[in-house]
Amino acid sequence: MDLTRSLPEHGAPVSGSRTRFGRAALTLLIAVLLAIFLLFVTLPVASLFLRISPEAFLRSLAEPVVLDALSLSLATATVSTAIVVLFGTPLALVNARRDYPGRALVDTLTDLPIVLPPAVAGIALLMAFGRRGVVGQYLDQFGISIAFTTVAVILAQVFVASPFYIRQARASFEAVDRLYEDAARTLGASPATVAFRVTIPLAWGGLVSGAILSFARALGEFGATIMFAGNFQGRTQTMPLAIYTTMQGDLDAAISLAIILVAISFAVIASVKIMTRRSL
Amino acid sequence: MLSFSAVRHLRDFILDVTLSVGRGETLVLIGENGAGKSTVLNLISGILTPDAGEIALGERTLFSSEEGIDVPAENRRIGHLFQSYALFPHMTVAENVAFGLRCRKVPRPEIAFSVTNQLRAMNLADLSDVNVARLSGGQRQRVALARALVLDPDILLLDEPLAAVDMRAQGAMRKELRDRIRSTGIPCIVVTHNLGDALELADRLCLLEEGNVVAEGAPEEVLGMQDNGFIASFAGSEPHNGFMPRAPITGHSRRLPDSRPL
Repeated sequence: MDLTRSLPEHGAPVSGSRTRFGRAALTLLIAVLLAIFLLFVTLPVASLFLRISPEAFLRSLAEPVVLDALSLSLATATVSTAIVVLFGTPLALVNARRDYPGRALVDTLTDLPIVLPPAVAGIALLMAFGRRGVVGQYLDQFGISIAFTTVAVILAQVFVASPFYIRQARASFEAVDRLYEDAARTLGASPATVAFRVTIPLAWGGLVSGAILSFARALGEFGATIMFAGNFQGRTQTMPLAIYTTMQGDLDAAISLAIILVAISFAVIASVKIMTRRSL
Repeated sequence: MLSFSAVRHLRDFILDVTLSVGRGETLVLIGENGAGKSTVLNLISGILTPDAGEIALGERTLFSSEEGIDVPAENRRIGHLFQSYALFPHMTVAENVAFGLRCRKVPRPEIAFSVTNQLRAMNLADLSDVNVARLSGGQRQRVALARALVLDPDILLLDEPLAAVDMRAQGAMRKELRDRIRSTGIPCIVVTHNLGDALELADRLCLLEEGNVVAEGAPEEVLGMQDNGFIASFAGSEPHNGFMPRAPITGHSRRLPDSRPL
Protein backbone atom coordinates (compact mmCIF):
# COMPACT_ATOMS: atom_id res chain seq x y z
CA MET A 1 0.00 0.00 0.00
CA ASP A 2 1.32 3.40 -0.92
CA LEU A 3 0.56 5.50 2.11
CA THR A 4 2.16 8.62 0.71
CA ARG A 5 -0.35 8.84 -2.07
CA SER A 6 -3.12 10.03 0.21
CA LEU A 7 -1.02 12.81 1.70
CA PRO A 8 -1.87 16.27 0.45
CA GLU A 9 0.56 17.76 -2.00
CA HIS A 10 1.89 21.14 -1.04
CA GLY A 11 2.32 23.47 -3.92
CA ALA A 12 5.40 25.12 -2.43
CA PRO A 13 8.01 26.12 -4.97
CA VAL A 14 10.40 23.24 -4.36
CA SER A 15 12.53 21.81 -7.12
CA GLY A 16 11.47 18.44 -8.56
CA SER A 17 14.37 16.42 -7.21
CA ARG A 18 13.90 17.72 -3.70
CA THR A 19 10.21 16.84 -3.77
CA ARG A 20 11.08 13.38 -4.98
CA PHE A 21 13.71 12.99 -2.27
CA GLY A 22 11.25 14.16 0.37
CA ARG A 23 8.65 11.67 -0.81
CA ALA A 24 11.13 8.82 -0.81
CA ALA A 25 12.25 9.69 2.70
CA LEU A 26 8.68 9.84 3.90
CA THR A 27 7.84 6.51 2.30
CA LEU A 28 10.88 4.96 3.95
CA LEU A 29 9.98 6.41 7.34
CA ILE A 30 6.44 5.11 7.18
CA ALA A 31 7.64 1.70 5.98
CA VAL A 32 10.03 1.46 8.93
CA LEU A 33 7.34 2.48 11.43
CA LEU A 34 4.97 -0.04 9.93
CA ALA A 35 7.56 -2.81 10.01
CA ILE A 36 8.44 -2.17 13.64
CA PHE A 37 4.82 -2.18 14.65
CA LEU A 38 3.93 -5.34 12.72
CA LEU A 39 6.95 -7.08 14.24
CA PHE A 40 5.85 -5.97 17.69
CA VAL A 41 2.44 -7.57 17.16
CA THR A 42 3.49 -10.74 15.35
CA LEU A 43 6.67 -11.62 17.21
CA PRO A 44 5.00 -12.50 20.54
CA VAL A 45 2.31 -14.54 18.77
CA ALA A 46 4.96 -16.32 16.69
CA SER A 47 6.97 -16.97 19.86
CA LEU A 48 4.15 -19.10 21.20
CA PHE A 49 4.55 -21.44 18.26
CA LEU A 50 8.35 -21.39 18.47
CA ARG A 51 8.45 -22.27 22.16
CA ILE A 52 6.61 -25.60 21.89
CA SER A 53 7.13 -28.69 19.75
CA PRO A 54 4.15 -30.16 17.91
CA GLU A 55 4.45 -33.34 20.02
CA ALA A 56 4.35 -31.40 23.27
CA PHE A 57 1.40 -29.42 21.97
CA LEU A 58 -0.57 -32.56 21.14
CA ARG A 59 0.41 -34.16 24.47
CA SER A 60 -0.89 -31.13 26.40
CA LEU A 61 -4.18 -31.29 24.59
CA ALA A 62 -4.88 -34.55 26.41
CA GLU A 63 -4.28 -33.02 29.85
CA PRO A 64 -7.46 -32.77 31.95
CA VAL A 65 -6.75 -29.16 32.92
CA VAL A 66 -6.58 -28.20 29.23
CA LEU A 67 -9.60 -30.26 28.19
CA ASP A 68 -11.70 -28.99 31.10
CA ALA A 69 -10.85 -25.38 30.33
CA LEU A 70 -11.47 -25.83 26.61
CA SER A 71 -14.89 -27.41 27.01
CA LEU A 72 -15.94 -25.02 29.79
CA SER A 73 -14.87 -22.00 27.73
CA LEU A 74 -16.63 -23.10 24.58
CA ALA A 75 -19.80 -24.00 26.47
CA THR A 76 -19.99 -20.81 28.57
CA ALA A 77 -19.09 -18.49 25.69
CA THR A 78 -21.77 -20.13 23.53
CA VAL A 79 -24.41 -19.77 26.22
CA SER A 80 -23.48 -16.18 27.00
CA THR A 81 -23.49 -15.26 23.30
CA ALA A 82 -26.96 -16.77 22.99
CA ILE A 83 -28.13 -14.72 25.98
CA VAL A 84 -26.59 -11.55 24.54
CA VAL A 85 -28.29 -12.15 21.16
CA LEU A 86 -31.63 -12.92 22.81
CA PHE A 87 -31.68 -9.71 24.86
CA GLY A 88 -29.56 -7.54 22.62
CA THR A 89 -31.41 -7.99 19.32
CA PRO A 90 -34.73 -6.42 20.37
CA LEU A 91 -32.87 -3.72 22.29
CA ALA A 92 -30.73 -2.85 19.27
CA LEU A 93 -33.74 -2.90 16.94
CA VAL A 94 -35.78 -0.61 19.17
CA ASN A 95 -32.89 1.81 19.60
CA ALA A 96 -32.22 1.84 15.87
CA ARG A 97 -35.83 2.49 14.90
CA ARG A 98 -37.68 4.23 17.70
CA ASP A 99 -37.01 7.55 19.33
CA TYR A 100 -38.05 7.63 22.96
CA PRO A 101 -37.07 9.70 25.97
CA GLY A 102 -33.97 8.22 27.54
CA ARG A 103 -32.68 6.46 24.43
CA ALA A 104 -29.33 8.21 24.70
CA LEU A 105 -29.05 7.03 28.31
CA VAL A 106 -29.85 3.44 27.32
CA ASP A 107 -27.18 3.64 24.61
CA THR A 108 -24.62 4.89 27.09
CA LEU A 109 -25.46 2.21 29.64
CA THR A 110 -25.23 -0.61 27.10
CA ASP A 111 -21.83 0.72 25.98
CA LEU A 112 -20.52 1.09 29.52
CA PRO A 113 -18.96 -2.40 29.87
CA ILE A 114 -16.64 -1.66 26.92
CA VAL A 115 -14.82 1.06 28.81
CA LEU A 116 -15.28 -0.36 32.30
CA PRO A 117 -12.13 -2.13 33.56
CA PRO A 118 -12.88 -5.88 33.96
CA ALA A 119 -11.80 -5.72 37.62
CA VAL A 120 -14.51 -3.13 38.20
CA ALA A 121 -17.02 -5.35 36.44
CA GLY A 122 -15.94 -8.25 38.64
CA ILE A 123 -16.36 -6.46 41.95
CA ALA A 124 -19.59 -4.84 40.74
CA LEU A 125 -21.07 -8.23 39.88
CA LEU A 126 -19.93 -9.55 43.23
CA MET A 127 -21.62 -6.65 45.05
CA ALA A 128 -24.84 -7.36 43.16
CA PHE A 129 -24.97 -11.15 43.04
CA GLY A 130 -22.52 -12.21 45.75
CA ARG A 131 -23.86 -13.97 48.83
CA ARG A 132 -24.24 -10.66 50.66
CA GLY A 133 -24.86 -8.68 47.51
CA VAL A 134 -27.76 -6.37 46.78
CA VAL A 135 -29.65 -9.09 44.91
CA GLY A 136 -27.61 -12.07 46.09
CA GLN A 137 -28.78 -11.84 49.72
CA TYR A 138 -32.38 -12.49 48.65
CA LEU A 139 -31.37 -15.30 46.29
CA ASP A 140 -29.39 -16.79 49.15
CA GLN A 141 -32.57 -17.11 51.23
CA PHE A 142 -33.92 -19.45 48.55
CA GLY A 143 -30.68 -21.40 48.60
CA ILE A 144 -29.55 -19.97 45.30
CA SER A 145 -25.99 -18.79 45.11
CA ILE A 146 -24.50 -17.49 41.91
CA ALA A 147 -21.01 -16.30 42.79
CA PHE A 148 -18.24 -18.86 42.23
CA THR A 149 -20.38 -21.08 40.00
CA THR A 150 -20.51 -21.67 36.24
CA VAL A 151 -23.52 -19.33 36.15
CA ALA A 152 -21.24 -16.57 37.45
CA VAL A 153 -18.83 -17.26 34.57
CA ILE A 154 -21.67 -16.78 32.13
CA LEU A 155 -22.95 -13.61 33.83
CA ALA A 156 -19.46 -12.11 33.75
CA GLN A 157 -19.13 -12.92 30.05
CA VAL A 158 -22.56 -11.50 29.23
CA PHE A 159 -21.69 -8.34 31.12
CA VAL A 160 -18.43 -7.65 29.30
CA ALA A 161 -19.34 -9.03 25.86
CA SER A 162 -22.85 -7.63 25.31
CA PRO A 163 -21.81 -4.18 23.99
CA PHE A 164 -19.87 -5.77 21.13
CA TYR A 165 -23.03 -7.37 19.79
CA ILE A 166 -25.47 -4.58 20.61
CA ARG A 167 -23.38 -1.86 18.95
CA GLN A 168 -22.89 -3.89 15.79
CA ALA A 169 -26.53 -4.97 15.69
CA ARG A 170 -27.77 -1.43 16.07
CA ALA A 171 -25.51 -0.18 13.28
CA SER A 172 -26.67 -3.02 11.01
CA PHE A 173 -30.33 -2.29 11.70
CA GLU A 174 -29.78 1.40 11.00
CA ALA A 175 -28.22 0.47 7.67
CA VAL A 176 -31.43 -1.27 6.54
CA ASP A 177 -33.43 1.10 4.34
CA ARG A 178 -36.74 1.87 6.02
CA LEU A 179 -38.40 1.76 2.64
CA TYR A 180 -38.33 -2.05 2.75
CA GLU A 181 -40.09 -1.98 6.10
CA ASP A 182 -42.69 0.49 4.82
CA ALA A 183 -43.27 -1.65 1.74
CA ALA A 184 -43.67 -4.75 3.90
CA ARG A 185 -46.26 -3.01 6.07
CA THR A 186 -48.35 -1.90 3.10
CA LEU A 187 -48.27 -5.55 1.98
CA GLY A 188 -49.86 -6.59 5.25
CA ALA A 189 -46.90 -7.41 7.50
CA SER A 190 -47.36 -6.80 11.22
CA PRO A 191 -44.45 -5.13 13.05
CA ALA A 192 -43.21 -8.57 14.23
CA THR A 193 -43.40 -9.97 10.70
CA VAL A 194 -41.52 -6.94 9.38
CA ALA A 195 -38.77 -7.58 11.93
CA PHE A 196 -38.45 -11.32 11.27
CA ARG A 197 -38.99 -11.41 7.51
CA VAL A 198 -37.42 -8.12 6.41
CA THR A 199 -35.27 -6.21 8.89
CA ILE A 200 -33.41 -9.12 10.51
CA PRO A 201 -32.69 -10.95 7.23
CA LEU A 202 -31.39 -7.72 5.68
CA ALA A 203 -29.17 -7.03 8.70
CA TRP A 204 -28.08 -10.67 8.97
CA GLY A 205 -24.40 -10.31 8.05
CA GLY A 206 -23.89 -7.57 10.63
CA LEU A 207 -25.78 -9.50 13.31
CA VAL A 208 -23.66 -12.61 12.79
CA SER A 209 -20.40 -10.69 12.84
CA GLY A 210 -21.56 -8.90 16.00
CA ALA A 211 -22.34 -12.24 17.62
CA ILE A 212 -18.92 -13.60 16.61
CA LEU A 213 -17.16 -10.58 18.12
CA SER A 214 -19.21 -10.98 21.27
CA PHE A 215 -18.33 -14.68 21.42
CA ALA A 216 -14.64 -13.84 21.06
CA ARG A 217 -14.81 -11.29 23.85
CA ALA A 218 -16.62 -13.79 26.09
CA LEU A 219 -13.99 -16.41 25.34
CA GLY A 220 -11.20 -14.04 26.40
CA GLU A 221 -12.87 -12.84 29.60
CA PHE A 222 -10.47 -12.98 32.54
CA GLY A 223 -10.67 -10.21 35.12
CA ALA A 224 -14.37 -10.20 35.95
CA THR A 225 -14.48 -14.00 35.85
CA ILE A 226 -11.65 -14.63 38.32
CA MET A 227 -13.13 -12.13 40.79
CA PHE A 228 -16.78 -13.08 40.51
CA ALA A 229 -16.61 -16.78 39.60
CA GLY A 230 -13.29 -17.87 41.05
CA ASN A 231 -10.82 -20.27 39.51
CA PHE A 232 -12.07 -23.85 39.97
CA GLN A 233 -11.05 -26.38 37.37
CA GLY A 234 -14.02 -27.83 35.49
CA ARG A 235 -16.48 -25.34 36.96
CA THR A 236 -15.20 -21.81 36.54
CA GLN A 237 -11.69 -22.18 35.17
CA THR A 238 -12.04 -20.97 31.59
CA MET A 239 -9.12 -20.99 29.14
CA PRO A 240 -7.65 -17.60 30.11
CA LEU A 241 -7.82 -18.57 33.77
CA ALA A 242 -6.25 -21.95 33.00
CA ILE A 243 -3.40 -20.23 31.14
CA TYR A 244 -2.80 -18.03 34.15
CA THR A 245 -2.86 -21.03 36.50
CA THR A 246 -0.82 -23.53 34.50
CA MET A 247 1.75 -20.91 33.53
CA GLN A 248 3.24 -21.28 37.03
CA GLY A 249 3.79 -25.04 36.65
CA ASP A 250 3.05 -26.72 33.34
CA LEU A 251 4.18 -24.12 30.80
CA ASP A 252 3.41 -26.45 27.86
CA ALA A 253 -0.25 -26.58 28.87
CA ALA A 254 -0.40 -22.80 29.12
CA ILE A 255 1.19 -22.37 25.70
CA SER A 256 -1.10 -24.98 24.14
CA LEU A 257 -4.17 -23.18 25.48
CA ALA A 258 -2.78 -19.90 24.21
CA ILE A 259 -2.23 -21.37 20.74
CA ILE A 260 -5.83 -22.59 20.65
CA LEU A 261 -7.03 -19.10 21.57
CA VAL A 262 -4.81 -17.58 18.87
CA ALA A 263 -6.31 -19.96 16.30
CA ILE A 264 -9.84 -19.07 17.43
CA SER A 265 -9.01 -15.36 17.27
CA PHE A 266 -7.77 -15.69 13.71
CA ALA A 267 -10.90 -17.60 12.77
CA VAL A 268 -13.00 -14.86 14.36
CA ILE A 269 -11.30 -12.06 12.44
CA ALA A 270 -11.50 -14.02 9.21
CA SER A 271 -15.18 -14.85 9.60
CA VAL A 272 -16.11 -11.31 10.60
CA LYS A 273 -14.30 -9.97 7.56
CA ILE A 274 -16.05 -12.46 5.33
CA MET A 275 -19.42 -11.65 6.88
CA THR A 276 -18.87 -7.94 6.32
CA ARG A 277 -17.57 -8.72 2.81
CA ARG A 278 -14.04 -7.44 2.99
CA SER A 279 -10.88 -9.24 2.08
CA LEU A 280 -8.55 -10.43 4.81
CA MET B 1 -64.40 5.34 -3.34
CA LEU B 2 -61.49 7.09 -1.64
CA SER B 3 -62.10 10.32 0.16
CA PHE B 4 -59.07 11.91 1.68
CA SER B 5 -58.71 15.03 3.74
CA ALA B 6 -55.65 15.55 5.86
CA VAL B 7 -53.47 18.15 7.49
CA ARG B 8 -49.88 17.48 8.41
CA HIS B 9 -47.07 19.79 9.43
CA LEU B 10 -44.05 19.19 7.25
CA ARG B 11 -40.63 20.77 7.58
CA ASP B 12 -41.18 23.58 5.08
CA PHE B 13 -44.94 24.00 4.98
CA ILE B 14 -48.25 22.67 6.20
CA LEU B 15 -49.74 20.03 3.95
CA ASP B 16 -53.48 20.47 3.71
CA VAL B 17 -55.01 18.35 0.99
CA THR B 18 -58.51 17.20 0.21
CA LEU B 19 -59.08 14.89 -2.71
CA SER B 20 -61.19 11.99 -3.82
CA VAL B 21 -60.92 9.13 -6.28
CA GLY B 22 -63.99 7.52 -7.82
CA ARG B 23 -64.62 3.88 -8.66
CA GLY B 24 -62.18 2.70 -11.32
CA GLU B 25 -60.82 6.19 -11.69
CA THR B 26 -57.16 7.16 -12.07
CA LEU B 27 -56.12 10.40 -10.45
CA VAL B 28 -52.72 11.78 -11.37
CA LEU B 29 -50.91 14.04 -8.89
CA ILE B 30 -48.43 16.44 -10.39
CA GLY B 31 -46.33 19.16 -8.83
CA GLU B 32 -42.78 20.30 -8.10
CA ASN B 33 -40.31 18.15 -6.18
CA GLY B 34 -41.14 18.48 -2.52
CA ALA B 35 -44.70 19.69 -3.11
CA GLY B 36 -45.97 16.86 -0.92
CA LYS B 37 -47.09 14.37 -3.55
CA SER B 38 -45.36 11.34 -2.07
CA THR B 39 -46.41 12.46 1.40
CA VAL B 40 -50.05 12.29 0.31
CA LEU B 41 -49.51 8.68 -0.79
CA ASN B 42 -47.76 7.84 2.50
CA LEU B 43 -50.65 9.35 4.45
CA ILE B 44 -53.15 7.27 2.49
CA SER B 45 -51.27 3.99 2.86
CA GLY B 46 -50.65 4.61 6.56
CA ILE B 47 -46.87 4.97 6.55
CA LEU B 48 -47.40 8.49 7.85
CA THR B 49 -50.13 9.70 10.16
CA PRO B 50 -52.00 12.97 9.56
CA ASP B 51 -52.12 15.54 12.34
CA ALA B 52 -55.80 15.85 11.62
CA GLY B 53 -58.27 14.73 9.01
CA GLU B 54 -60.25 11.82 7.72
CA ILE B 55 -59.49 9.08 5.23
CA ALA B 56 -62.18 6.69 4.03
CA LEU B 57 -61.89 3.93 1.47
CA GLY B 58 -65.22 2.52 0.30
CA GLU B 59 -67.15 1.72 3.44
CA ARG B 60 -64.10 1.67 5.66
CA THR B 61 -62.78 4.59 7.67
CA LEU B 62 -58.99 4.28 7.65
CA PHE B 63 -58.24 7.36 9.66
CA SER B 64 -60.29 9.84 11.59
CA SER B 65 -58.79 12.24 14.07
CA GLU B 66 -62.28 13.03 15.35
CA GLU B 67 -63.28 9.44 16.05
CA GLY B 68 -59.76 8.40 17.03
CA ILE B 69 -59.49 5.81 14.27
CA ASP B 70 -56.13 4.93 12.77
CA VAL B 71 -56.06 1.62 10.91
CA PRO B 72 -52.44 0.40 10.78
CA ALA B 73 -50.81 0.27 7.35
CA GLU B 74 -50.84 -3.54 7.31
CA ASN B 75 -54.65 -3.66 7.52
CA ARG B 76 -55.51 -0.98 4.95
CA ARG B 77 -55.53 -3.21 1.85
CA ILE B 78 -53.79 -0.57 -0.23
CA GLY B 79 -51.25 -1.35 -2.92
CA HIS B 80 -48.41 1.14 -2.63
CA LEU B 81 -45.66 1.14 -5.26
CA PHE B 82 -42.64 3.14 -4.21
CA GLN B 83 -40.54 5.11 -6.62
CA SER B 84 -37.60 2.72 -6.20
CA TYR B 85 -40.07 -0.20 -6.03
CA ALA B 86 -38.55 -1.41 -2.73
CA LEU B 87 -38.40 -5.02 -3.86
CA PHE B 88 -36.96 -7.15 -1.06
CA PRO B 89 -33.36 -7.75 -2.11
CA HIS B 90 -33.05 -10.98 -0.12
CA MET B 91 -35.87 -12.68 -1.99
CA THR B 92 -36.53 -14.01 -5.45
CA VAL B 93 -39.23 -12.60 -7.74
CA ALA B 94 -41.72 -15.27 -6.66
CA GLU B 95 -40.93 -14.75 -2.96
CA ASN B 96 -41.48 -11.02 -3.34
CA VAL B 97 -44.87 -11.58 -4.94
CA ALA B 98 -45.79 -14.18 -2.32
CA PHE B 99 -44.82 -11.91 0.60
CA GLY B 100 -48.21 -10.31 1.19
CA LEU B 101 -50.07 -13.61 0.89
CA ARG B 102 -47.73 -15.21 3.41
CA CYS B 103 -48.40 -12.34 5.80
CA ARG B 104 -52.10 -13.05 5.43
CA LYS B 105 -51.50 -16.69 6.35
CA VAL B 106 -52.93 -17.93 3.07
CA PRO B 107 -52.42 -21.72 2.72
CA ARG B 108 -49.27 -22.62 0.78
CA PRO B 109 -50.89 -24.30 -2.25
CA GLU B 110 -53.12 -21.27 -2.72
CA ILE B 111 -50.12 -18.95 -2.50
CA ALA B 112 -48.28 -20.96 -5.14
CA PHE B 113 -51.34 -20.89 -7.39
CA SER B 114 -51.95 -17.13 -7.08
CA VAL B 115 -48.30 -16.26 -7.49
CA THR B 116 -47.92 -18.43 -10.59
CA ASN B 117 -51.01 -16.87 -12.16
CA GLN B 118 -49.95 -13.36 -11.31
CA LEU B 119 -46.44 -13.87 -12.67
CA ARG B 120 -47.84 -15.33 -15.87
CA ALA B 121 -50.22 -12.40 -16.30
CA MET B 122 -47.31 -10.01 -15.89
CA ASN B 123 -45.01 -11.90 -18.27
CA LEU B 124 -42.71 -12.67 -15.38
CA ALA B 125 -43.10 -16.46 -15.30
CA ASP B 126 -39.55 -17.05 -16.58
CA LEU B 127 -38.07 -14.84 -13.88
CA SER B 128 -39.84 -16.51 -10.98
CA ASP B 129 -36.67 -17.83 -9.29
CA VAL B 130 -34.41 -14.93 -10.18
CA ASN B 131 -33.06 -12.66 -7.46
CA VAL B 132 -34.58 -9.21 -7.84
CA ALA B 133 -31.14 -7.58 -7.91
CA ARG B 134 -30.66 -8.92 -11.43
CA LEU B 135 -33.79 -7.38 -12.95
CA SER B 136 -34.04 -4.41 -15.29
CA GLY B 137 -36.01 -1.30 -14.34
CA GLY B 138 -39.03 -2.40 -16.33
CA GLN B 139 -38.98 -5.88 -14.85
CA ARG B 140 -38.73 -4.46 -11.34
CA GLN B 141 -41.72 -2.28 -12.00
CA ARG B 142 -43.73 -5.30 -13.11
CA VAL B 143 -42.67 -7.32 -10.05
CA ALA B 144 -43.66 -4.46 -7.74
CA LEU B 145 -47.01 -4.20 -9.48
CA ALA B 146 -47.51 -7.97 -9.33
CA ARG B 147 -46.63 -7.94 -5.62
CA ALA B 148 -49.35 -5.35 -4.99
CA LEU B 149 -52.01 -6.69 -7.38
CA VAL B 150 -51.82 -10.29 -6.13
CA LEU B 151 -53.39 -9.00 -2.89
CA ASP B 152 -56.34 -7.52 -4.76
CA PRO B 153 -56.02 -4.08 -3.14
CA ASP B 154 -58.90 -1.61 -2.87
CA ILE B 155 -56.76 1.16 -4.34
CA LEU B 156 -53.33 1.41 -5.98
CA LEU B 157 -50.85 4.16 -5.20
CA LEU B 158 -48.08 4.54 -7.76
CA ASP B 159 -45.19 6.85 -6.94
CA GLU B 160 -43.34 7.78 -10.16
CA PRO B 161 -44.07 4.33 -11.59
CA LEU B 162 -41.88 4.75 -14.65
CA ALA B 163 -39.04 6.83 -13.24
CA ALA B 164 -36.69 3.86 -12.90
CA VAL B 165 -37.58 2.44 -16.30
CA ASP B 166 -35.22 2.87 -19.25
CA MET B 167 -36.18 5.97 -21.25
CA ARG B 168 -36.65 3.99 -24.47
CA ALA B 169 -38.93 1.50 -22.78
CA GLN B 170 -41.08 4.09 -21.03
CA GLY B 171 -43.63 4.52 -23.81
CA ALA B 172 -44.36 0.82 -24.05
CA MET B 173 -44.33 0.36 -20.27
CA ARG B 174 -46.73 3.25 -19.86
CA LYS B 175 -49.23 1.70 -22.28
CA GLU B 176 -48.86 -1.64 -20.55
CA LEU B 177 -49.40 -0.01 -17.16
CA ARG B 178 -52.49 1.84 -18.38
CA ASP B 179 -54.04 -1.30 -19.86
CA ARG B 180 -53.34 -3.21 -16.68
CA ILE B 181 -54.86 -0.54 -14.46
CA ARG B 182 -57.90 -0.27 -16.68
CA SER B 183 -58.41 -4.01 -16.89
CA THR B 184 -58.28 -4.52 -13.13
CA GLY B 185 -60.69 -1.63 -12.56
CA ILE B 186 -58.87 -0.76 -9.33
CA PRO B 187 -58.90 2.97 -8.58
CA CYS B 188 -55.50 4.48 -8.70
CA ILE B 189 -53.45 7.51 -7.69
CA VAL B 190 -50.33 8.15 -9.73
CA VAL B 191 -47.65 10.62 -8.74
CA THR B 192 -45.58 11.75 -11.68
CA HIS B 193 -43.19 14.29 -13.11
CA ASN B 194 -43.81 13.12 -16.60
CA LEU B 195 -46.30 14.76 -18.91
CA GLY B 196 -46.65 11.55 -20.90
CA ASP B 197 -47.72 9.71 -17.75
CA ALA B 198 -50.18 12.45 -16.90
CA LEU B 199 -51.81 12.44 -20.33
CA GLU B 200 -51.90 8.72 -20.88
CA LEU B 201 -52.93 7.58 -17.41
CA ALA B 202 -55.08 10.35 -15.96
CA ASP B 203 -58.84 10.46 -15.82
CA ARG B 204 -58.37 13.44 -13.61
CA LEU B 205 -55.36 15.60 -12.85
CA CYS B 206 -54.51 17.30 -9.60
CA LEU B 207 -51.79 19.92 -9.20
CA LEU B 208 -50.10 20.23 -5.82
CA GLU B 209 -48.08 23.24 -4.72
CA GLU B 210 -46.47 23.47 -1.27
CA GLY B 211 -48.93 21.04 0.20
CA ASN B 212 -52.07 22.50 -1.32
CA VAL B 213 -54.23 21.49 -4.26
CA VAL B 214 -54.10 24.47 -6.60
CA ALA B 215 -55.86 22.95 -9.58
CA GLU B 216 -57.95 19.88 -10.22
CA GLY B 217 -59.92 18.64 -13.19
CA ALA B 218 -59.75 16.94 -16.55
CA PRO B 219 -56.16 16.73 -17.88
CA GLU B 220 -56.82 19.16 -20.73
CA GLU B 221 -58.31 21.65 -18.31
CA VAL B 222 -55.47 21.60 -15.83
CA LEU B 223 -52.75 21.52 -18.47
CA GLY B 224 -54.45 24.46 -20.13
CA MET B 225 -53.62 26.68 -17.18
CA GLN B 226 -50.70 28.35 -18.88
CA ASP B 227 -50.51 31.15 -16.34
CA ASN B 228 -49.23 28.63 -13.81
CA GLY B 229 -45.44 28.50 -13.88
CA PHE B 230 -45.22 24.79 -13.12
CA ILE B 231 -47.82 23.81 -15.73
CA ALA B 232 -46.08 25.92 -18.30
CA SER B 233 -42.70 24.33 -17.63
CA PHE B 234 -44.23 20.88 -17.19
CA ALA B 235 -45.91 21.01 -20.59
CA GLY B 236 -42.96 22.70 -22.22
CA SER B 237 -40.45 20.19 -20.90
CA GLU B 238 -41.87 17.29 -22.82
CA PRO B 239 -41.04 17.06 -26.51
CA HIS B 240 -43.43 14.21 -27.24
CA ASN B 241 -46.41 15.41 -25.33
CA GLY B 242 -48.78 15.00 -28.26
CA PHE B 243 -50.89 17.61 -26.63
CA MET B 244 -49.35 20.92 -27.49
CA PRO B 245 -47.74 21.76 -30.82
CA ARG B 246 -44.18 20.58 -30.87
CA ALA B 247 -41.31 23.01 -30.98
CA PRO B 248 -37.54 22.57 -30.93
CA ILE B 249 -36.20 22.37 -27.42
CA THR B 250 -33.17 24.56 -27.05
CA GLY B 251 -30.17 23.84 -24.88
CA HIS B 252 -30.61 24.01 -21.15
CA SER B 253 -33.78 26.04 -21.00
CA ARG B 254 -35.92 22.90 -20.72
CA ARG B 255 -37.50 23.94 -17.47
CA LEU B 256 -38.07 27.58 -18.30
CA PRO B 257 -41.57 28.58 -19.23
CA ASP B 258 -40.40 30.65 -22.17
CA SER B 259 -38.97 27.63 -23.96
CA ARG B 260 -42.54 26.59 -24.56
CA PRO B 261 -44.04 27.39 -27.94
CA LEU B 262 -47.00 29.72 -28.13
